[in-house]
Amino acid sequence: MSYPKNIRPPTVGKRTPLYQQHVNAGAKIVDFAGWDMPISYGSQIEEHNQVRHAAGVFDVSHMTVIDVSGTDAEGYLRYLLANDVAKLKELGQALYSAMLQTDGGVIDDLIVYRMSFGYRIVVNCATRDKDLAWMGSQADGFEVTVTERPDLAILAVHGPSSIETASALLDETKGKTVAELKNFRGAELGDWFIARTGYTGEKGVEFIVPAGDVANLWEQLLAAEVKPIGLGARDTLRLEAGMNLYGQDMDESTSPVISNMTHTIAFEPADRDFIGREAVTDDLAAQEQGKLPKLVGLVLEGRGVLRAGQTVSTDRGEGQITSGSFSPTLKHSIALARIPSGSLTCQADMRGSATDVRIVQPNFVRFGKKVFE
Amino acid sequence: MSKILEDLKYAVSHEWVSVDDNGVATVGISDHAQEALGDIVFVELPELGITVNAKEEVAVVESVKAASDVYSPLTGEVTEVNEALLDAPETVNSNPYDNGWFFKIAISDEAELDELMDADAYADHCDEE
Repeated sequence: MSYPKNIRPPTVGKRTPLYQQHVNAGAKIVDFAGWDMPISYGSQIEEHNQVRHAAGVFDVSHMTVIDVSGTDAEGYLRYLLANDVAKLKELGQALYSAMLQTDGGVIDDLIVYRMSFGYRIVVNCATRDKDLAWMGSQADGFEVTVTERPDLAILAVHGPSSIETASALLDETKGKTVAELKNFRGAELGDWFIARTGYTGEKGVEFIVPAGDVANLWEQLLAAEVKPIGLGARDTLRLEAGMNLYGQDMDESTSPVISNMTHTIAFEPADRDFIGREAVTDDLAAQEQGKLPKLVGLVLEGRGVLRAGQTVSTDRGEGQITSGSFSPTLKHSIALARIPSGSLTCQADMRGSATDVRIVQPNFVRFGKKVFE
Repeated sequence: MSKILEDLKYAVSHEWVSVDDNGVATVGISDHAQEALGDIVFVELPELGITVNAKEEVAVVESVKAASDVYSPLTGEVTEVNEALLDAPETVNSNPYDNGWFFKIAISDEAELDELMDADAYADHCDEE
């Protein structure tokens, strides 16, 4: 049997406050951008199904929390981000956005929340250093303070029963907040921040809490039959939900326009100056003329698994798979791929034989159900 | 710790072999191999009746993570394949040494068996990886 290259024993890296809890739960630990993280606690497919059918908890404390405050916080973020934080009318409201280079390349994708002190941003872990450097370099002329919060831990609880289960084990105030929060909203409760901005296509709630509080919350969730879920299942869940993974589906070399992120760019109001505006405006026009590719969904209903990096051919030319896996919910392979705009047919080379794959909207599963035609 | 059965022979590429009295070898992948692959979602098997060479790629095992080739540890004719794996590939994860077998070969060169490892040697091999 030939060993796949991505299976490697762990090295000692950075650890979340729950490292020992992962080991105790039987986790297989892998290196993830310098962090020792649980890839799975047994079967990745069972973990995936647990989130689709009941509830699971992810330790995502490796993600970077950055707080932005100061009198110019709003103006700074309206300039820094492709989406417009002026849309956040109320405290706790959340927005998904790209942070762009001047040439439109995606530095990172992130969630920004409006907070009592200003804004809270959660960015990816692998991009931490360059994000902080970029945010610092763009702050000139703005009265802002950008503070990383490594003292916080993050748990994401997802699945159809997640809200009910999580709200039942918390104190009255927190429990009520979890039960009543609307999607893409958050609430500050003392030093806890509770939000509903998930990455799985299921209902869910995130807890951004002081590192010292996280072990107790983790144990309470496990005691309530919420199962620990590794990064492996997190990847198949987000792919089924058609959500991009930074570094795989987009990066500095790709415009958000060719990364299925056009809807996250706020072109209105037209007088808002944001980094990358000119570039993405041009990219959008070029794409409408068919000169730029787009990120689509692919479906292979037969045997075999589409994989990232695989070249595909369409009636309009060649494309590339950016994320591909087996979908445990659909029981066949799905992928995200960047292919020429206007392509009608697509074929993938499956171990030497050209195999037809279907082009669909990049959104496969929501709330446990297939959503594409 | 993965399970290694005492009475089997093992290839460096992590296939196991069990030979019966009639010189027919049953081949599968080890517990160590299935653990490294993770959840197996598709299996491709060799064609019945073909002759395969030792160390030749004859089957494919595909997990959520990756696709891997399975090599024939021995030269001979494929006399049986485990078609049950086509519909239930997860059997390789749950029972790699019994229901999870891949194919059977009528061995044409018994001397090749000497090149395979016993359980102790295979345990050392896994530790080194």
